[in-house]
Amino acid sequence: MHGPPPKPPLKAKDYKSDVKPIWCAGCGHFAVLSAITKALAHLSLPPEQVALVSGIGCSSRLPAYTHVYGFHGIHGRALPIATGLKAARDDLTVLVTGGDGDGFSIGGNHFMHACRRNLDLTYIVMDNEVYGMTKGQASPTTAPDWEQNSLTPHGTGLPSFNPAAIALASGAGFIARGFSGDPGGLTQLLIEGILYPGFSFIHVLSPCITYHPEQKEWKQSVHALTENTTADPVIAAQRVQENDRMATGLLFKAPSAQRQGSTQAAASTQQISEQFLVPS
Amino acid sequence: MDRKTDLTETSTLSVAIVGSGGSGVVTIGKILLESIARFGLFALMSRSSGPQIRGGESAVMLRIGSSPVDSLDDDFDLLLALDWLNAERFSDEIPITENSLILADPDKGALPDHYNHTANRQLLTPLSELAKSIEQGRANMVGLGVLSSLIGLPRTIVCEAARDTLGQKGAAVLEATLKCIDLGYSETPEERYFAPLSAPETIQPRWNISGNEASGFGALQGGVRFVAAYPITPASEILEWLAPNLEKSGGSLVQAEDELASINMIIGASFGGVPSLTATSGPGLSLMMEGLGLAVASETPVVVSNVMRGGPSTGIPTKSEQSDLNLALYGFHGDAPHIVLSALSIRDCAFTTEWAVKLAETLQAVAIVLTDQSQGQARAVIQPPSRTSLEGKRKLASATEHYQRYALSEDDVSPMAIPGDSNCIYTADGLEHNQQGVPSAMAEDHQRQLDKRRQKLTRFDYGDDWAEITGEGDICLITWGSATGATREAAARLNRAGHPTQVLAVRLLAPLSVERFRQVTGSAAKLLVVEQNHGGQFFEYLNAQRALPQQAQSLAQPGPLPIRPNVIYNRIMQGL
Repeated sequence: MHGPPPKPPLKAKDYKSDVKPIWCAGCGHFAVLSAITKALAHLSLPPEQVALVSGIGCSSRLPAYTHVYGFHGIHGRALPIATGLKAARDDLTVLVTGGDGDGFSIGGNHFMHACRRNLDLTYIVMDNEVYGMTKGQASPTTAPDWEQNSLTPHGTGLPSFNPAAIALASGAGFIARGFSGDPGGLTQLLIEGILYPGFSFIHVLSPCITYHPEQKEWKQSVHALTENTTADPVIAAQRVQENDRMATGLLFKAPSAQRQGSTQAAASTQQISEQFLVPS
Repeated sequence: MDRKTDLTETSTLSVAIVGSGGSGVVTIGKILLESIARFGLFALMSRSSGPQIRGGESAVMLRIGSSPVDSLDDDFDLLLALDWLNAERFSDEIPITENSLILADPDKGALPDHYNHTANRQLLTPLSELAKSIEQGRANMVGLGVLSSLIGLPRTIVCEAARDTLGQKGAAVLEATLKCIDLGYSETPEERYFAPLSAPETIQPRWNISGNEASGFGALQGGVRFVAAYPITPASEILEWLAPNLEKSGGSLVQAEDELASINMIIGASFGGVPSLTATSGPGLSLMMEGLGLAVASETPVVVSNVMRGGPSTGIPTKSEQSDLNLALYGFHGDAPHIVLSALSIRDCAFTTEWAVKLAETLQAVAIVLTDQSQGQARAVIQPPSRTSLEGKRKLASATEHYQRYALSEDDVSPMAIPGDSNCIYTADGLEHNQQGVPSAMAEDHQRQLDKRRQKLTRFDYGDDWAEITGEGDICLITWGSATGATREAAARLNRAGHPTQVLAVRLLAPLSVERFRQVTGSAAKLLVVEQNHGGQFFEYLNAQRALPQQAQSLAQPGPLPIRPNVIYNRIMQGL
């Protein structure tokens, strides 16, 4: 048999670009970048068939560091860009990355509606409870009594946003929590999320050692989910409300998600114009 | 004092129908328009309602002619009132004269003073009483019969039009309708109030279409296969037409959660290689501005069809105004060159939207098409729309060792890679970038990319479609968008009155072809810029572009009432 020799299997480095990340040394996002490239390599997805969409913020810089198609958009709008891309190009594997401010504050409405719409997207939020790129302001997930930024000298006084609970209430079919300090576990969740035929939300605890040095302690407080994955939203709702929001693993997985069927061209514009023609 | 120039000057007939909510005014209008179309004539039909979107009183206004009709007349020849509840709300919109005929039902009360004092000719027919003689009979359809008979439409054509318009309502309703129409015809007095309409000898192909449908069709014709949008008056009909017709064409539509989402969704789809469009109105366009800036910076082609309504803020959602021009031209932050187009008629909504899609694709640019409520929600019988000769295909990347998404090139349009191409993988970015697409804050990169994004638009040859120029003379009327119809009619009246007049209707508002603009207008002694807004936005823009000589004047009239041809005519005559 003749033909081109089989290509060697893709490795994680084949999905990395030569652009150097702007992240601080010790940032959790390095491990997330690495886990994403490992997951893509594990799935042997051709780089040209993958698109990575992001908004604005430290974590949203991630697409440029990968060797797949990327779109570094505007603050809060990564999910709409990815939604349009996936709706128009169902053949692509579309991943979305961003941070807690981008996804839960300025982009909060899109988060709910992307969960509802349940397109086959994988949304990876690197949550460090802070706006790093604008130098350390409180985000929706910041603890109410955190007083380290002059914009909120007495803390926000607001309950912190519970992303998994919102995702569940909004109809997401796949909800997981990962930790940048556990790259192996995170890679596994990413693989499962990409394979899930619907909207998968992966909430990643990813410390900001610059503005939240105390997050170095997350290594001690993060723990694996002890219960089995549930497909029951009532059980999942109890878990995401009751636990300390540090349990990693697959929190909820709905049994099946509907895939959007693609439409076939049947009519020419000439045929379509006939509806306007006045009979004579 | 404003006065009608010449009652016999045109061969058009203007008809208005008013009634309270549920009285069936719009159904009369639809059947009448279709009848006129089948008879071989042309017409324009505007609809009006109270401030509420649904329910309440409504009115339809038709102008019928032997050639295409692009504007309403100054006043109406015939007014059919199904009842008088709130009818006075329309007294500004439906001007009548002593020559107008009012057709009304005497059982619905006396004519309001305004109408009673103005119209000398009144025909009182007990429409509802007559309808009661027919099972499931309705007064509006008796009225349609009388009205159609009065203006000379053949009964068979009206019945056929009714059959096709109401077909899905069931056999019983249809039978009652046809009986009511018949009764209306037989109850019409012999007396001739108008010269009957006459059919042309040869009947050309005609379309019956609304401006919003024409915009949707133009989008499809231009190659749009993805639409995302959020419902808004008066643009929603574009989406409602596109949703099923995109599906038939192999495309799709997503109803977004808001306009911030819809603009970014079409950017995503277009990045994926699929020509994409959204439709909205002023408040939505305001919300889209940041996203449009991203499309400019990332050079992702997108089209926005913006159907203007009264502003600012929620303004007058159901009424027309040309007041989003400043937003479309200047709403972006940073230096963000883009294309702004205006549709010059209902028919032109198709051409201009198709052209917009093809320009956006060719130039990897943002194109905003400005239409308005008076076009979008009106219907007309038109000649089939014209097509652009522009091929309108995106310049695609081909296999290369070192692909650069934002490479400088001779025509300033960089070859664009589409996901799926393994040789040209890149990341699109709203951050300023170098030629490769890597974020850069270097002065040289910023300057080069700014130059490139401007020059690709200014160096392109847009051909003759940038404007429509009609007539010639010392007087030059300059206009854009929906004001074109009334402006051309004013010019025709001026020409007949012995004052040669030219009309320059600008379709390509930005980038403005200033040189060509000056070539057209340079020899005019008197120039008037006509537009429907309060601030004279187009006039100010032309001055900012230094396109106008000093003696040029502005006629800027805000909505919601349309600009009547005689307002323009009298303005010129007063100045002569």
